[in-house]
Amino acid sequence: MTRLLQTLMDGVAVGSLYALIALGYTMVYGILKFINFAHGDVFMLGAWVSFTLAATLGFAGGAPPWFAAPLVLLGSMALCGLLGFTVERLAYRPLRNAPRINVLITAIGVSLFIENTGQLEPIGWLAERGLAFPFGTRPQRMPALLPDATLFEVVGVQVKLVDVLVIGIAFALMGLLQWLVFGTKLGRAMRAVSHDPKTAALMGIDVDRVISFTFVVGSVLAAAAGFLAAEKYPSLNQPAHSTWILLGLKAFVAAVVGGIGNVRGAMAGGLLIGMVELFGAAYLSPQLRDVYVFSLLIVVLLVKPEGLLGKATVEKV
Amino acid sequence: MPLLQIRDLSVHYGAIQALHGVSVDVHEGEIVTLIGANGAGKSTTLRAISGLVKPSGGQILFDGRPLHGLPPHEIVRLGIAQAPEGRGIFSNLTVDENLEIGAYIRKDKDGIARDRTRALELFPRLAERLQQRAGTLSGGEQQMLAIARALLARPRLMLLDEPSLGLAPRIVQTIFAIIREINATGTTILLVEQNAHMALRAANRGYVIEVGRVVLSDDAKALADSDEVRRAYLGGH
Repeated sequence: MTRLLQTLMDGVAVGSLYALIALGYTMVYGILKFINFAHGDVFMLGAWVSFTLAATLGFAGGAPPWFAAPLVLLGSMALCGLLGFTVERLAYRPLRNAPRINVLITAIGVSLFIENTGQLEPIGWLAERGLAFPFGTRPQRMPALLPDATLFEVVGVQVKLVDVLVIGIAFALMGLLQWLVFGTKLGRAMRAVSHDPKTAALMGIDVDRVISFTFVVGSVLAAAAGFLAAEKYPSLNQPAHSTWILLGLKAFVAAVVGGIGNVRGAMAGGLLIGMVELFGAAYLSPQLRDVYVFSLLIVVLLVKPEGLLGKATVEKV
Repeated sequence: MPLLQIRDLSVHYGAIQALHGVSVDVHEGEIVTLIGANGAGKSTTLRAISGLVKPSGGQILFDGRPLHGLPPHEIVRLGIAQAPEGRGIFSNLTVDENLEIGAYIRKDKDGIARDRTRALELFPRLAERLQQRAGTLSGGEQQMLAIARALLARPRLMLLDEPSLGLAPRIVQTIFAIIREINATGTTILLVEQNAHMALRAANRGYVIEVGRVVLSDDAKALADSDEVRRAYLGGH
């Protein structure tokens, strides 16, 4: 019973992180019909920018002030949002009328660029002023910005503050996104652009602006996931480490399992992937946790290739 | 001065020239129609007006102002709305959301509400289906939605691209009656049609376009009576 509840809680926590990242994949796919393979790297940057901000602002070691966590979270979201905007502007917009394969290859290039420049040694004059940027090749430990408190205990399961916050913030952000996409004028414009950009332009929608906005929103969510992941699992591997790539890949699997292009599908897919991974690890074998995720992907692709909440479409050849 | 002036418009798609110096005038309050065979360049003309294709030569003036170089979303703001070929309905959105997107450029809530009511009076079938996904509508209803949506932009000039395409004759009758009604309340209309018979009955003036050139232009009635048009487009003898 204890183990079941513990696994359930961890599954929801990890799953909501996957969901936050998956949203960025799915929104960009919905609008531009290409997989932004650099999106997983925004998640990695979200974690590393959080670490750098926390270290630079002197929140490492000792008991950080109460505002440390929200400040670092918002700072990381803002910087990664700016990065998402810049990447779209410089790398993808010039390819707006190019074949999709060109954009896809560019995305892989952007991904490699971010991972490897992220691993350069910190720039001297910045480091002298206490800002270790880029992040270098050594792993680091994220300072705990949240108190290591156990809120309460149910049948032997310790409910920790960090887990409650991870789940709470992730769900709050997903609720906000749901409202943005389905309840606002801008969200309506996003859905119109995703269906037919040319006609959307005929309605007076500035399609390029909607696309920029989509990248910013996706990056902001991934950055939040990066911060939360770093608080839950504080050891940060260096930027080009394969664990980051694997996490990004699993979030992409979540988007596909839920139905790529579908916002609610990405949320459902993320939670499902988290559950499958953690229950498999707890009850079958922890060594095979990645296998469960990708097996689920294979099953979904065989049985319902459009994804759980996706709609079947006929690809025009 | 005409509301819309097209002067010597040329458009290329890659190496292929689709328009060879087309000139068309549309005066305030008119219905003007461009008729001609499939592929003659009628839709290309509308696409050039809306900024979806860049002209390779010539000029388009709206209310005396050149549209050259403006992106589509800014041209809408000047008062030109288009119901595009194939209707361009957002099938993933509800009927109501499609109408709201039509009013995207506007901020006057009261005015939008008034125009929405009016559009729904013109097309009562849409009023019954407001919460339905637009993709579930019949072809005729989708065409009605495309026109209603364009109306919600409160345009001075409405561009209609083949509103009769693929529709049953009775529905075509209904739609053309509504087009005339929209025009009667002050919206200028440029109508592209292959159905020359219906178009010339609704329009004040017409232009016949063949392989990218205007070959005839006259009052709609005179065109409908001319031997050339009867032979080529009206199936007359």
